[in-house]
Amino acid sequence: MPITYAFLLFLIFSSLQPILSLYEDQVGLTDWHQQYIGKVKQAVFHTHKTGRKRVVVSTEDNVIATLDLRRGEIFWRHVLGHNDVVDGIVIALGKYVITLSSEGSILRAWNLPDGQMVWESSLHGPKHSKSLLVMTNVVIEKDNVVIIFSNDRLHAVSCIDGEVLWNKDFEVESLEVQKVIQPPGSNFVYVVGFAASSHFEMYQINARNGELLKHESAAFSGGFSGEVSLVSSETLVALDSTGLILLRISFHKGNVSIQQTPISNLVEDSPGPAVIIPSSIMELFAIKINAVTIFIRVTGTGKLEVVEKANHETAVGDALSISEGQQAFGLVQHAGRDIHLTVKLAHDWGGDLLKESIIMDQQRGLIHKVFINNYVRTDGSYGFRALIVMEDHSLLLLQQGTIVWSREDGLASIIDVTTSELPVERAGVSVAKVELNLFEWLKGHMLKLKGTLMLASPEDIAAIQYMRLKSSEKSKMTRDHNGFRKLLIALTRAGKLFALHTGDGRIVWSLLLQSLHKSEACQHPIGLNLCPWQVPHHHALDENPSVLVVGRCGPSSDAPGVISFVDSYTGKELSSSSLVHSVAQVIPLPYTDSTEQRLHLLIDADKHAHLYPKTPEAIGIFRREFSNIYWYSVEDDNGIIKGYALKSKCDGNVADKFCFGTRELWSIVLPSESEKIVATVTRKLNEAVHTQAKLIAADQDVMYKYISRNLLFVATVAPKASGEIGSVTPEESWLVVYLIDTVTGFVLHRVTHHGSQGPVEAVFSENWVVYHYFNLRAHRYEMSVIEIYDQSRADNKDVWKLVVGKHNLTSPISSYSRSEVVTKSQSYFFTHSLKAIAVTSTAKGITSKQLLIGTIGDQVLALDKRFLDPRRSVNPTQAEREEGTIPLTDSLPIIPQSYITHNLRVEGLRGIITVPAELESTTLVFAHGLDLFFTHFAPSRTYDSLTEDFSCALLLITIVVLVAAIFVTWVLSQRKELQDKWR
Amino acid sequence: MEKGKGVMGSCRRWAVDFSDNSTAPSSRDIPDPPGFTRASVDQDDSAVSRQKKDAESNWKAQKAWEVAQSPFKNLLMMGFMMWMAGSTVHLFSIGITFSALWQPISALQGVGKVFEPYKDNKVDLLGPKLLFIALNLGGLALGVWKLNTLGLLPTHASDWVSSLPPAQEVEYSGGGVPL
Repeated sequence: MPITYAFLLFLIFSSLQPILSLYEDQVGLTDWHQQYIGKVKQAVFHTHKTGRKRVVVSTEDNVIATLDLRRGEIFWRHVLGHNDVVDGIVIALGKYVITLSSEGSILRAWNLPDGQMVWESSLHGPKHSKSLLVMTNVVIEKDNVVIIFSNDRLHAVSCIDGEVLWNKDFEVESLEVQKVIQPPGSNFVYVVGFAASSHFEMYQINARNGELLKHESAAFSGGFSGEVSLVSSETLVALDSTGLILLRISFHKGNVSIQQTPISNLVEDSPGPAVIIPSSIMELFAIKINAVTIFIRVTGTGKLEVVEKANHETAVGDALSISEGQQAFGLVQHAGRDIHLTVKLAHDWGGDLLKESIIMDQQRGLIHKVFINNYVRTDGSYGFRALIVMEDHSLLLLQQGTIVWSREDGLASIIDVTTSELPVERAGVSVAKVELNLFEWLKGHMLKLKGTLMLASPEDIAAIQYMRLKSSEKSKMTRDHNGFRKLLIALTRAGKLFALHTGDGRIVWSLLLQSLHKSEACQHPIGLNLCPWQVPHHHALDENPSVLVVGRCGPSSDAPGVISFVDSYTGKELSSSSLVHSVAQVIPLPYTDSTEQRLHLLIDADKHAHLYPKTPEAIGIFRREFSNIYWYSVEDDNGIIKGYALKSKCDGNVADKFCFGTRELWSIVLPSESEKIVATVTRKLNEAVHTQAKLIAADQDVMYKYISRNLLFVATVAPKASGEIGSVTPEESWLVVYLIDTVTGFVLHRVTHHGSQGPVEAVFSENWVVYHYFNLRAHRYEMSVIEIYDQSRADNKDVWKLVVGKHNLTSPISSYSRSEVVTKSQSYFFTHSLKAIAVTSTAKGITSKQLLIGTIGDQVLALDKRFLDPRRSVNPTQAEREEGTIPLTDSLPIIPQSYITHNLRVEGLRGIITVPAELESTTLVFAHGLDLFFTHFAPSRTYDSLTEDFSCALLLITIVVLVAAIFVTWVLSQRKELQDKWR
Repeated sequence: MEKGKGVMGSCRRWAVDFSDNSTAPSSRDIPDPPGFTRASVDQDDSAVSRQKKDAESNWKAQKAWEVAQSPFKNLLMMGFMMWMAGSTVHLFSIGITFSALWQPISALQGVGKVFEPYKDNKVDLLGPKLLFIALNLGGLALGVWKLNTLGLLPTHASDWVSSLPPAQEVEYSGGGVPL
């Protein structure tokens, strides 16, 4: 039996309890949790009552939340499902929040103070349509009525219990309803829309019983386009299909009239078509031509006149009635570094109710939305507060010329995360926080000592806890010995980079990438990928590390790419460029140049490979390794996996020496009628593997792991079974799993699970892959493990040959030379469905692994890999037991204490990232979704460091006391001896 | 003390000199006490000393053999202890194994010292010494064997391969689903 095994066994015995829970006072020491809501799409203020002032928001991430207006904290929050998009919110009766969601088919009422759901009703209709939600002041039998147009049907729903009071269908085919209007003080609603794109239709409907009062229509040969703006309760403004003529449509007392005004009459130099900014301000609307916003007034006689042309970026808020017949609206304009917030009266352009100028952080970009709310000051005048949504999805509250609070809700939509080391601590590197002085240090240790000796009073305990939580040690801006302090660099959907400190989760810097900014050349930029570009550690330590951000102009795969390089310490964009080629794949190569810049291959849509960085040195390194570099692509829509080698020149006449052509080497065509790719997984590029041998203590044997970076796990399901669980019978559903060598295209292993279906979540590490799927026959989720062993090296078992080094175990391996593998696999039932799965990773790969499972309840569960060991058997032998083999059970246990998120939830969990710390026992875990959660996790406990509650002071004092005692007794004994001699 | 001496010196009434070795009764005025025979003392001097030496060397040889055999008991004892300790690594078994290793080694170091008292020109100590060494080596072997059964000796292939890093790969392939 091997020494290491014995040593490990010793470790196992010394940490026999596999419980990973923590004590109450350890919460928050190494973990942090941040809650976000996403980009706000609609906000409704609730400030009338004397209670706590709040704002109800709905977001693009399908969240409904109420925020405290004083601090911006979340009172309550509901995350609706993935396909339950919120269409509208209103506040009813001053105590309910009514939301329309799921394409207008679900109406829910939430209790405003605590967020409990009061009622829910589903609304059905003949076909899909725009969804509109209108709060009316119509009362039917003491019931306030909310009117909803959705699914091509008009519904009136009671606010009290959600009962549908009446509904009404419209006979006209292809009616696109634009607005539902209730003129103030009336008992009817107007439903207006376009039919067949050239008819304007108006219905007047009794709001009490749904009776059709009037139906008028008017034809307009030019057609209608886009949105409409309401300028009074019986007039709206639209554009014709060319976008050049403004149409003022009046349906006063049911008589429809259309009045045309060419935009060129209003604005002299108006190039190109205009777009209406949808609003509902009395007598006023705004259009946008290119980047210019034009405000146009509709006078009582129906004339249009331009009141202002704004060249700056402008956002317009909705109207707010402040007193009888008076409407105010908010306007925010950019002017250099400042933004100007203006609140105007609708009928009086010149008179500003409020004009404030606020310095705005440049990294927040443009203003996308503004919501205003008024309050009465102590002197009786009106004050205004504005909630603004910025380009980076952050949410800010402006009041009295200052930013009261801001929320970085861009972090709710992280696309990709990487980590970066912090600067090494040395002279000249500024440390963010001042070090504790000696007295405080001593005081802290004395307190700790008191705590250890159980002498501390409750106040002392609170002080100790505060000290532990706020320790400056963990939030320093320098590298630490254990590697716990790092920067988490996150790319968000808004195209912003955030650097978060792992110690306390604060934002160290943020950068709105210019390359991912909307511009003439790049209309819809999206961020794709974030890679560590330069990680200096040996000879290039003076340089700052940097990251590479890859993006693309537009959603199609052949849109040109954009790249930028960002310094990880300062958050400055070092350089950025728009690429001439598209970006289909980003392949980091395992080579770095002399400044530790990693070589990357960017594959474009035409399958040309482009080498970065574009330096002669890089091309030299690349040429040397040229023949050993391959790439593959998984075309999951048509079920083909193809492998390619590189050619020394680009095809065509491109004289670019950093461009390389590719030739197809192999392809695996999966039959499209029986298999559809649902998941692919590879090993992480930077995963550390400590040993290639798997020790089997029972027969004192060794098996060699098949460790290869070039392995691809592919899972396919029957095309019929790619839908929801339960949509197919077990007979017509199967799951096929492949292990493919991506250099040669050799299928190393293939296994079929009959009667199983996706979704498949998988994780690949070392020589094993764990995947999760649904077993239709057993009606349960299952997890399977496959371990791959190399049979061709299995005869390396002669001890003497190994002692003298006569073996081929460390010689380089080629994918072309070996193909003999054996696999071991086993399946287990698992209770949860998952959202994400990851595995712990440590610095050297010695520590045993645990799987991190993102459960459907948005928590992260740690599951020991020993539970997913194919060598488990029902009755393990004594030797196997000693080795740590767990007896086989049909299902995997869920130990409540091993939730590493303890009692917190990472709402909308999308990904789990593990980063090794310098300390071998510990891995850093970052889970992101709507919320962010970070913690340290030791899969086999922290066997290589003292625990946090270990009292150094106590140890030192004990040593000092012992030494002193020895000295004193020595002196005493000397004296006694002397006295004896004198006697 | 002085007083006593003075008493002893001046007023001695009688004394028996037991050191008087003379065999001739004539020289003595007092007859031997009843039961006292001088025969045992009357033997031949040289014969007496030879006999004595023979006996001593015999005794020494015997003792040396005894000492040489003493590790055997120890061995049995150790074997029993080892059997009791089982084959799993824990404090008890490790302690026993290391004492089983340490005892023979320290005994072997002190071979000369152990047989020092029995050193004699006439006694052949080689045999006992060899036996002693052999038995101790046996004990050592037992200890090593125990060490091996505990899995603490690198006698398996796994001990030599577990420290080897995974082999380098010649080819590199990257890619995946197009972004």
